[in-house]
Amino acid sequence: MTSTRIVSQAKFETLSVLRNGEQLLLSIIFPLGLLVFLAKTPLLTGLGVIEAGADPLSIAVPGALSLSLASSAFTGQAIATAFDRRYGVLRQLATTPLGTNGLILGKLGAVIVVVLIQYALVFAAAAILGFRGPVDILGLILTTLFGTAALLSLGLLMAGTVRAEATLAATNLIWVLMAGVGGLVIAHPGEWGTVVGYLPSGALGDAMRSAVGHAGTDVKAIIVLLIWGLVGTLAARRWFRFE
Amino acid sequence: MSYPALTIRGLQYSYGTHRVVDGIDLTAESGSVLGVLGPNGAGKSTTISLAVGTRRPESGTVEIFGHDPVAEHATTSQLAGVMLQDGGLPMSSKPLQVLRHLSTLYENPVPVDELAEPLGLYDFAGRTMRRLSGGQKQRVALAAALIGRPRLVFLDEPCAGLDPQAREVVHSFIRDLADRGVAVVLTTHDLAEAEELSDEVVVIDRGRIIAQGAPEELRSASGGSRSLTIRLDSPVPAALVDRLTELGPTSAQGSLISLDGAPTASQIAAACAAVAEAGLQITDIGMQRQSLSDVFFELTGRPLR
Repeated sequence: MTSTRIVSQAKFETLSVLRNGEQLLLSIIFPLGLLVFLAKTPLLTGLGVIEAGADPLSIAVPGALSLSLASSAFTGQAIATAFDRRYGVLRQLATTPLGTNGLILGKLGAVIVVVLIQYALVFAAAAILGFRGPVDILGLILTTLFGTAALLSLGLLMAGTVRAEATLAATNLIWVLMAGVGGLVIAHPGEWGTVVGYLPSGALGDAMRSAVGHAGTDVKAIIVLLIWGLVGTLAARRWFRFE
Repeated sequence: MSYPALTIRGLQYSYGTHRVVDGIDLTAESGSVLGVLGPNGAGKSTTISLAVGTRRPESGTVEIFGHDPVAEHATTSQLAGVMLQDGGLPMSSKPLQVLRHLSTLYENPVPVDELAEPLGLYDFAGRTMRRLSGGQKQRVALAAALIGRPRLVFLDEPCAGLDPQAREVVHSFIRDLADRGVAVVLTTHDLAEAEELSDEVVVIDRGRIIAQGAPEELRSASGGSRSLTIRLDSPVPAALVDRLTELGPTSAQGSLISLDGAPTASQIAAACAAVAEAGLQITDIGMQRQSLSDVFFELTGRPLR
């Protein structure tokens, strides 16, 4: 019975996400735009991220997948939850048989469904652009699960502790920073690269680039994501406030 | 053994060092409406949060049909429906989508149509929650509180911001619930509403219950139950107030005089004579039954609003 309620909540949240135009822009149009942009312009070669003549899709595809995940699991859910909290939706739902845990698991389910839709679109676009792999399925699944856990718990932590407007502003800014300098889309050289490798964004980027385009599993990056997921979950349980 | 719908004993709760609920005891029985009256900040909404288990009591106990709403939330959430004052429903969804979803969370829900029709939700079914007026949101929130077929319903200011017509619909819903054996806990500012709907009223102030009983008991317990009101054609002169005070407790505001303490016919005659002697005309005169608002004022020395 509990699982039926969680599935129902996940379905409801998924439809809410898909109905929300701004969120759709963030979660679908931007990653696809990034994919096409990196694939069709010499930017990656110019920045020295890949050698001349190498396939830009080996970076562009995992970059688009990571950005998709970050949009849904972090920015999108954090903003939606922050405003649900502001308008008392969380308080009201907590009085139903769904309960707090059901609510969180429902959100997790919704994120995973939306991410799968995003992945399907990114892979379809990548195939059209000529992407032929390789893809390590196990690596992709582990990256997605632990990446979602890390980003979702941190996003909910923010949504449950600061004002809705602050969450809106901060998560959008962090999204841009993660994509630009946080190692989400490209690996950074030198010391900065080492630092971001221990951040959720950098670890997600590293793990994704290993799984997609290079066919491997970056165990270190996945462990970093796992630790962030545990820290984020514990912190959210400790500090998240319904009102 | 059968339990009351709601039993609260020795309930206490603080925000930081500020105690907002300070030893509340109350019982709500099936088939009756319990009115909870009190000014803003009296602890009414916090008491409801504690009763439905979204907050944990500092001390004291809450039982819903014998079950603890925190430890046995799975059970009590099926039994109790809640309409929170600042509780909200998902803004990006339409009313019936929200209700259909909520109905999937309960074991034995009311069909959505059975609530949507009488509450007039079809009038604005095409709009998202975000685009509804305050009164329309209230009606959806009432439906949300009732969708799980609860045996105990908490309604926190259910008529705030409603127009008279919608208010009448909500009132008839509340009476109907009680007639069907549901226990209703109604918090309100609106004294007329409390008097009209409640079988029993508790008055809360600063986290404590300061009076309790049937509405008419509360009125008679506080002494003089009727007062004479006289409206004059001009402001009331101080000399006239002094004169009337000899007859009984008198107050004046603008052109309105109020003579409290259940004046007798001869006292009323004397009051009218005094007005005539002062050379003033009466534009309106009547006997007013004391309201719960007066009772509250007498109990606390402060107005309810």
